[in-house]
Amino acid sequence: MKIIVCVSLVPDSTTKVKVSDNKKSIDDAGVSYILNPYDEFAVEEALKLKEKYGGEVIAVSFGTDKAKEAIKKAFQMGADKGVLIKSQSSDFDSFNVAVNLSEYLKGQSADIILFGKQSIDFDGLLIPSMVSELINLPCISVVVKLDIENGKVIAEREVEGGKEIIESQAPIVIGTQKGINEPRYPNLKSIMAAKSKPIEETPAYSNENKIEIVEMKLPPAKTSGKIFTNGKDDVSELVRLLREEAKVI
Amino acid sequence: MSNKILAFVESKDGNFKNSAFEVVAEANKIASETGSELIVMAIGSDIESQAKSLAEYGANKLLIADLNEINSKSSVSVFKYSPSSFSKVISEIAKTHNANIVILSATSLGKDIAGRIAIRTGSAVFNDCTDLKITDGKITATRPVYAGKSLIEIKSNSGNLLITLRPNVFKPHKTGETDIDVEKIDIGTLNLTESDFSSVVKEIIVSNEKLDVAEADRIVSGGRGLRGPENFTLIENLAASIGGATGASRAVVDAGWRPHSEQVGQTGKTVSPSLYIACGISGAIQHLAGMSSSKCIVAINKDKDAPIFQIANYGIVGDVFEIIPALTDEFKKVMAK
Repeated sequence: MKIIVCVSLVPDSTTKVKVSDNKKSIDDAGVSYILNPYDEFAVEEALKLKEKYGGEVIAVSFGTDKAKEAIKKAFQMGADKGVLIKSQSSDFDSFNVAVNLSEYLKGQSADIILFGKQSIDFDGLLIPSMVSELINLPCISVVVKLDIENGKVIAEREVEGGKEIIESQAPIVIGTQKGINEPRYPNLKSIMAAKSKPIEETPAYSNENKIEIVEMKLPPAKTSGKIFTNGKDDVSELVRLLREEAKVI
Repeated sequence: MSNKILAFVESKDGNFKNSAFEVVAEANKIASETGSELIVMAIGSDIESQAKSLAEYGANKLLIADLNEINSKSSVSVFKYSPSSFSKVISEIAKTHNANIVILSATSLGKDIAGRIAIRTGSAVFNDCTDLKITDGKITATRPVYAGKSLIEIKSNSGNLLITLRPNVFKPHKTGETDIDVEKIDIGTLNLTESDFSSVVKEIIVSNEKLDVAEADRIVSGGRGLRGPENFTLIENLAASIGGATGASRAVVDAGWRPHSEQVGQTGKTVSPSLYIACGISGAIQHLAGMSSSKCIVAINKDKDAPIFQIANYGIVGDVFEIIPALTDEFKKVMAK
């Protein structure tokens, strides 16, 4: 089974965001970058499929040289090969990423293409479905359970208030959601093995953005409000304020 | 420039969802500010009789594609929904009506089809928007990124536009209109084929009929301060007393106390209800990111220095095991009035 997992590098979720001087991106100073947490589920699912059916797991990322860190993390978890679609610019929107990944994927004949359902930076949720549309494959995203048997795919997809059971066929694009598996921690052996795995590079296919950031800003600061310290004796006053002042109940 | 706007609205069990009114009202606002025409479309069965409810928010033309008719084009059985057929139907209607703007809600369904429609119609995507404004006849949108830790204002330089609105953010106002022209879409002209049913929903599993945090207007969340999964009945009872949903911090989800579908925060759901009550949650930065845009935040925590108090509108420092039951009783009294 040829399994491709698309990965990206994002600021750690503990990052306190500051806006950079150009007011279009975040200030990078002191920010540590990690493999997108949702991509960890995708890599884990890819490895489980390989363990069950054999084949290889290829980690692919679109971005500047920095994106290699995401591929290396996938190597440490156990991915076999890595490909960087190298962008000259670090300014790209979901459409740009989807087109570049699609151009690469078109020549690959993968049986399954996995993504994290979204990256935790721009939270778009667009890329898996855009890619599927561009390469003409079915797509199921926000997947919390995946079964593939003889090319038949049964997936559970999380929706408001429940789950949809979806039936489809491989080759297919899947977007993984938290809950699908428990991503493995790299062990010393896999960390050592990762060091010798080369990352193949291919130049970007396109550099077209459809949207432009006019300005990035911080949300209005919240000031702390009325804090009571008498425990349950303050409950009736709190409820009165919620009703009469905040008017939310 | 005058636009032609297509607004796609969702229905459930024969009624339009709340998100439908949000979409229609906002699309109507954009249409009137830019002198554009608005067409509303829905995919469903038995919703024609509800058309007037959309008229009240500014829809005066509604196109309905019959769901059973769409699904009859598939050789495999479809339970309600297939993303590719929905995407195709909406894209084809946008094309045949020369709509250059498509607006829908960023619900699970909306997020599932937005990328597909954007590719099919060659549109730039403004997704999960929390504000739209018109400057010199062009639309710019605001959307949260980094789970709400920052906001970006975006514009597009390409022609077509697909906009998804974050549910629960846009408050729909009634226009007082009641007239609406309803037209049935001729499915035969859309050339649906087997390939438009490449993935289909076979079944929907409803989780205990509970209200989802992503849709709720009131949320009560619990964290590690609850000490164990058995104590979450306190959170559930408090939520029930105000008709709200239950949420959870990442710590208790990772500990297996609560399902991940309840997780609020950067690797969970980003929510902005009218009322958010955080119980026994200290307020890690990734949790705050997911809920700090809530209109009114109430924090209950024994540690007066917990970061959650810095963003709370109201707070009580104290024991959650005493305060939650008292608050539940008080809410019940007030709600009964």
